[in-house]
Amino acid sequence: MRSSYWRRLLADRMATAAAAAAAVLVIAPLVAVFGYLVYRGASSITWAFLTQAPKPVGESGGGMGNAIAGSGIILLIASAIGVPLGIGAGIYLAEYGRRGFGNFIRFTADVLNGVPSIVVGIAVYALVVVVQHHFSAVSAGIALGIMMIPTVTRSTEEVLLMVPNSIREAGLGLGIPRWRTTVSIVLRSAISGVITGVMLAFARVAGETAPLLFTAFGNQYWNWNPNQPTAALPLQIFVYAISPYDEWHRQAWAGALVLIILIVGTVGMVRLAASRGLLKGTS
Amino acid sequence: MGVGIEARRLNAWFGSHQALFDVSMDMAANHVTAIIGPSGCGKSTFIRCLNRMHETVPGARVEGTVRLGELQVYNGTPAVEVRRRIGMVFQKPNPFPTMSIYDNVAAGLKLNGLRNRRQLDEIVERTLRLAALWDEVKDQLRKQSGASLSGGQQQRLCIARALAVEPEVLLMDEPASALDPISTGKIEELIFQLKASYTVVIVTHNMQQAARVADLTGFFLLGRLIEFERTQKIFTTPSDKRTEDYITGRFG
Repeated sequence: MRSSYWRRLLADRMATAAAAAAAVLVIAPLVAVFGYLVYRGASSITWAFLTQAPKPVGESGGGMGNAIAGSGIILLIASAIGVPLGIGAGIYLAEYGRRGFGNFIRFTADVLNGVPSIVVGIAVYALVVVVQHHFSAVSAGIALGIMMIPTVTRSTEEVLLMVPNSIREAGLGLGIPRWRTTVSIVLRSAISGVITGVMLAFARVAGETAPLLFTAFGNQYWNWNPNQPTAALPLQIFVYAISPYDEWHRQAWAGALVLIILIVGTVGMVRLAASRGLLKGTS
Repeated sequence: MGVGIEARRLNAWFGSHQALFDVSMDMAANHVTAIIGPSGCGKSTFIRCLNRMHETVPGARVEGTVRLGELQVYNGTPAVEVRRRIGMVFQKPNPFPTMSIYDNVAAGLKLNGLRNRRQLDEIVERTLRLAALWDEVKDQLRKQSGASLSGGQQQRLCIARALAVEPEVLLMDEPASALDPISTGKIEELIFQLKASYTVVIVTHNMQQAARVADLTGFFLLGRLIEFERTQKIFTTPSDKRTEDYITGRFG
């Protein structure tokens, strides 16, 4: 009796310890990356770094203000394309296209998810940049928006499928049209999961560099015109990191730290807003 | 006031499986009609044909006619209009999880375009009172989620939600089978009061429940309506041998 009790207690403790160790191992790389970024970059983050455009080589000072703004513009365009299309396709897959054509869309989304980002960049370069004859924030937004679609689609589909069918029946049974039931009841029931998927997609493309090389192109100066070559944080980090100048290396570290903070900050703020009900609508 | 429903030669299928065979039944206005029978006999399918919920299942199909007063339920009437006039309460309470109590009751009206705040307030209070839930929730209307109520309260919330769109008929698919005896008692009391203003059709597994609440009772077996009579008659002197076997517990 007693010995079997101790054995079970020991097994329980060991299983708990193993799970806790796994959790720590998951967090460890994140803490390490963030810690090292803070160590290398924090000292270079100054007001000037956040608000000024780069200075020419040899001059000290300058910053990544234009790249921060450029990334903001590009991500705004990307979200404006990727979020509605992704959510719309996800709704279609979950509510209407459970087989046949739906399977084709599902397969296409999975393939698109697996396409290397640089290939998406080249495609947009050929289809938009070449046609327009210039690099632009718009083309970069299109490239990143395309990359957001499959993630948003599949995650939206998954969380909608988790909404029990009895909720759909309740809506239809009240004489509410199907589309209204889908949008105002089913989607609303799953909204926190949908937002999680959107944030995942956003965080993923926010750090993308490859597709920006031949779409946004980069810019050493301030530019607010989305139809012109635009600076972006990942691009700037890349250019500075491979440069031979110590000052630029320091700024690259600082840029990487700012990028991480902006991504984590955006995701955190959207989640906070969602949990406070701001995005659930007041109706 | 309630309006009667008349089903004529109703046949229903799930894919190639036929679930109803030639069911004809008149459910009188302002009466409670109970439908009893063993599991899988088609009683849920039957009431789901009355408000066109059956066809929402992929591959499901209906033939025959159903009339609500002068309204043809099939033959060109939009399903949403039928469902507004024939409300439904399901077996498992299914409040909308992300909506407050108030929004749950108002959902059918709001999502069909009613925006008048005073009118909404008035209907929400009236239907919650009708469903005997008002006193328990009136202080938490907008703060508490519908899903946070107890099972019995959730089911009464669902009844209020169905009544809020002002239907003429209320279909109830085993509305108390997931509830404890006290909540069941409340729902039954409620059904008794509802027939003053609505026609009620209730599917139940529980024969005592049918005997307690229903004026008329229909017995289904293997997709066919075997016997349809005044409740008292069916439970005391059924004319069909199979009905007698079922209510005396010989099968089912």
